[in-house]
Amino acid sequence: MNLKKLLPTLSLLAFLAIWQGLAVYLNSNTLPTPEVVARVFWQGCVSGQLPFHLGVTLLRLVVSFTIAMLLGCAIGIVLGRNKKLDAFFDNWLVIFLNVPALVTIILCYVWFGLVESAAILAVVINKLPNVIVTIREGTRTLDQDLLDMARCYRFGRRKTLVHVIWPQLHPFVMGATRSGLALIWKIILVVELLGRSNGMGYQLHLFFQLFDVASILAYTIAFVAVIQLIELMVLKPLDKKALRWRR
Amino acid sequence: MTDIQIHIDSKTYPTAASPTIADLKLSLNSNEFICLVGPSGCGKTTLLNIIAGLDNDYDGEILVGQQHTHPKIGYIFQNPRLLPWRTVRENIELALDGNQSPDVIDELLVAMQLTASQHSYPERLSLGMSRRVAIIRAFAVDPEVLLMDEPFVSLDAPTARQVRGLLLKLWQQRPHTVLFVTHDLREAIALADRLIFLSAAPMQVVSEIVVPIARNERDNELAIESFRQQLLANHPEIKQLL
Repeated sequence: MNLKKLLPTLSLLAFLAIWQGLAVYLNSNTLPTPEVVARVFWQGCVSGQLPFHLGVTLLRLVVSFTIAMLLGCAIGIVLGRNKKLDAFFDNWLVIFLNVPALVTIILCYVWFGLVESAAILAVVINKLPNVIVTIREGTRTLDQDLLDMARCYRFGRRKTLVHVIWPQLHPFVMGATRSGLALIWKIILVVELLGRSNGMGYQLHLFFQLFDVASILAYTIAFVAVIQLIELMVLKPLDKKALRWRR
Repeated sequence: MTDIQIHIDSKTYPTAASPTIADLKLSLNSNEFICLVGPSGCGKTTLLNIIAGLDNDYDGEILVGQQHTHPKIGYIFQNPRLLPWRTVRENIELALDGNQSPDVIDELLVAMQLTASQHSYPERLSLGMSRRVAIIRAFAVDPEVLLMDEPFVSLDAPTARQVRGLLLKLWQQRPHTVLFVTHDLREAIALADRLIFLSAAPMQVVSEIVVPIARNERDNELAIESFRQQLLANHPEIKQLL
């Protein structure tokens, strides 16, 4: 058996062993053993509570992520190609990049009420500047020679975007996607904690009040597992397909 | 096919003190192979970019027949400029506007000996093969003018000779008006109906010379060389341009 392939499993097992050892040694409610967490996880699945709240949070993630990526790519490409617009909006980008997530969330709830659309808007506002900046940098590195070729062979806007610009932006879009998933789900939890009555954030808040660490860990593990699955089932295959031309 | 008149009053780059091109007149006859010969940096690529419509910042006019318009262009650049994420065939298809039949691509692939590589990605091709793909793409759009900007410059001599031979054969099967930029006089004589010698800063026509060598004699290196000697002896003004 190849040792290199075993290493990820080994490190996971080592982690579980240390966790088990510490939990037994401390013998405290604040650090349950892996076995207790697994049991809570299973109970949550059977009762339907865990899948429900996880599903609600994932739905919010998908909606806000899609809006932020579509808008961010469009604005990023425009700003990357148009120096005047870029100069006009550049300060605002930096400002929005640096506004604390908590501030936008609170303002959205105060201004638009404790409603679903306010929650989604708050997440989108937090993620959008990141996508714009990443895609704008990508657009600035576009190969002018290929764009000239496309112009001289009269590709038109649609063909140029699909066949010349988009493939060059692929690494930047994937970068924005990966960092976006990680950032968005962390923000969503805060959004849910502050103003929703369902979802992971709401549940975690509840467990915090009850000091129910086992449930907190069970929900966290479930969510991290889902993100890992997205990476393996969606992003990696996408990468492979888009980069098949590479030697 | 129609004749094309090019008249550039002046072309000055924003940062330059003096014009790159001044009062340049070119007249291209239909289906004529013209080689532009001039020192490097004299503005030949600028001229091609103006004709291709990539550079619109100039004073002058381009007439296709009687009309003020940019001719339909097939452009073979100094490097092949293929899209690395599209196959050879896709690269050619993308340049077509949908009116041409796919048979054209098949015929051109055969002519350039690339049928077997049509589904490969450009990174897997040799430089000579990439050049041939660029030639196919330029011919496939059936252009009014074919612009070629030193397309063989980085090839080794045998490959350059092979690709040049394929190009000439293809051009004889499918005649097009060609503007071919080079600073290699032997290459120019081997290819051209007419040589146009250009000076630097500002670029102007120094002399125009018709190449009288028959088409079936163009691979005869002795004939090319003796014409070159004769040319340099009779036109001392072009020596400094080479």
